[in-house]
Amino acid sequence: MNKHTLAVIVENKPGVLTRVATLFRRRCYNIDSLTVGTTENPGISRMTIVVEGDNKVIEQVTKQLYKLVDVIKVIDITRESAVDRELVLIKVKADNNVRAEIVQLVDIFRARIVDIGRNSLIVEATGDRGKMDALEDSFRPFGIIELVRTGKVAMVRGSK
Amino acid sequence: MKMKGAEILLHCLQKEGVDVVFGYPGGAVLPIYDALYDSSIKHILARHEQGAVHAADGYARASGKTGVCIATSGPGGTNLVTGIATAYMDSIPLVVFTGQVSSSLIGKDAFQEADITGITLPITKHNYLLERTEDVARIVKEAFHIARTNRPGPVVVDLPKDLMEKSIDFEDNDDEVQMRGYRVMKGVNSGQIINAAEMINQAERPVIYAGGGVIASEASAELKEMAEKMKIPVTTTLMGMGAFPGTSYLSLGMLGMHGTRCANYAVGECDVLIAVGVRFDDRVTAKIEHFAPNASIIHIDIDAAEIGKNVDVDVPIVGQVKEALRSLIPRLQAREELSEWHQTISRWKDEFPLRYGRPSEGRIMPQHVVEKIYELTQGDAIITTEVGQNQMWAAQYYQYKEPRTFLSSGGLGTMGYGFPAAIGAKIARPDMKVIDIAGDGSIQMNIQELGTAVQYKVPVVICILNNHFLGMVRQWQGLFYNGRYSFTDMSHQPDFVKLAEAYGAVGIRVTKNEEVEGALREAFQVTDRPVIIDFWVEREANVYPMVPPGESPLNMLGGELDE
Repeated sequence: MNKHTLAVIVENKPGVLTRVATLFRRRCYNIDSLTVGTTENPGISRMTIVVEGDNKVIEQVTKQLYKLVDVIKVIDITRESAVDRELVLIKVKADNNVRAEIVQLVDIFRARIVDIGRNSLIVEATGDRGKMDALEDSFRPFGIIELVRTGKVAMVRGSK
Repeated sequence: MKMKGAEILLHCLQKEGVDVVFGYPGGAVLPIYDALYDSSIKHILARHEQGAVHAADGYARASGKTGVCIATSGPGGTNLVTGIATAYMDSIPLVVFTGQVSSSLIGKDAFQEADITGITLPITKHNYLLERTEDVARIVKEAFHIARTNRPGPVVVDLPKDLMEKSIDFEDNDDEVQMRGYRVMKGVNSGQIINAAEMINQAERPVIYAGGGVIASEASAELKEMAEKMKIPVTTTLMGMGAFPGTSYLSLGMLGMHGTRCANYAVGECDVLIAVGVRFDDRVTAKIEHFAPNASIIHIDIDAAEIGKNVDVDVPIVGQVKEALRSLIPRLQAREELSEWHQTISRWKDEFPLRYGRPSEGRIMPQHVVEKIYELTQGDAIITTEVGQNQMWAAQYYQYKEPRTFLSSGGLGTMGYGFPAAIGAKIARPDMKVIDIAGDGSIQMNIQELGTAVQYKVPVVICILNNHFLGMVRQWQGLFYNGRYSFTDMSHQPDFVKLAEAYGAVGIRVTKNEEVEGALREAFQVTDRPVIIDFWVEREANVYPMVPPGESPLNMLGGELDE
């Protein structure tokens, strides 16, 4: 199954997220991740939805999204040259024996340590999905206590 | 000018041209009903909110206008749900107003509070929860605009009580509706029109498959023009009955599960299928791989999401059916004949007419009743139906000549739709005879509306095809569940004649063939109240022919004389 990234420009109104989520549930489309936030225009929000499906499914998803009155624009940016980023916070076990090693890893991934506990650290990192997966894998041997990923946000490169 | 929210609401309704609303009062809509008390808008008091919303739907289907209904918060709103879903599935323009508890109580589980915008989200084209009295005028305008443009559908507007009570300085304006995310579809892709024209010009065995979109788009005249110019046979869906005259030599009747063999065979053999305002519903296509297997498909629909949803099409045309046909017709080269194709079709028509057997003693064939209704009205009536066998016989044995004369819950299949829809239709078209073809099961789902029809002197005729069974389910149990009639026997039922009389309506019972015509004639004479005719029909008559579930539409069951 292909993953597509859709940028969905919507009215910044109550209930819009529910409308979109209900549409996906009702039509049995699989959401891989969904993020939503404000844009440069306070009246408009932007969702980044990663959805699984072949081209036919994505075409249906797009058309169905357009039927929602609060959806202004849907852009499939999968094939576009786009910057995509995710933010991840990882609380990892870190006693004195492994701390140095972890700090090294943090440097390699250009991540940051944002909290230090007696036996743990919280690491913050941003990057594309592949990098976040690699980061997660690298920290796993130390013992991940808690992990949270924001899901992807994306933007097309250039002046488009 | 200082005006209450409720007064602004009614003012806006009048501006939208609303002259009648169907509804049921309650606590949260008291301010609206107080304003209605002095209003020139006619209000029809239903006996159940479901009756109100189906009546608004019947009104909309019969008139082409937007139907309006009002109910209170909580149970008032939830009772509307079936009717809203019915309208949604059949793309019927409705604006539904529900009361809501006062703003400060929303989310507090207040008395009669229900999240009606949440509940109706997947069954409305759009919905609104009013947040400020200042928004009433804009929202009402948007609601009507959305309901009736593009692919029509129901819009719910939820109105908190305090915001209807509140007075504000109101100044009317004639601003255009402005919505970034909603634009009215105009124009069609001329490249695709050219492709379609070429395909139709070259077709040897074309078929038009026409649906409710033709009626919604008021495109019956264009459809007829195209079919006649090109001598193309036309089959309609249940929703498309009346979009093309059933009396035309080009008419194949309905297609699909209970369509004619001729229509299904023609679709099976056609080389070009022109699908107009349809959505390739499973009751039409049956097993989709076997549907129109040899055809190139042209699909015209206003809703882009319908194109390619169920079948892949060769020529997609997104736009108003009327506009698309208007630009298509001049590009078609009129044909003299399509003799070979027409000969094949007439052979099917002769070989496989719709037919039925003889009744047992004290019973009538249900198909005969429908044929008699046609014979007496000559198609100059509005037929509404309930759902099940009655609905299929009404579609098969009556020839619909005009759009908006066959009102039936096609998509959702709502039992209890026909009678309240008939009331709405009669109010919309008092000049027309309105007849509800009902079953004994369905009619009991909204029979309380007899009260409404008697109160407002609405002379609709309810023809109950009474087989003392939930007939369609029984038919399936008979065919596919070894005749185990699990809970489909409805022999225990009220005396419908006495029930009609108890409400102040007229009740007639008919158990013999020779009484059918007299009873219908008598019923058609009544002008000041509804009539129930309780036709005792053959208990185990089946609807034939039939495509069994999961089968190819070419493998139809039944329809032979011995049944």
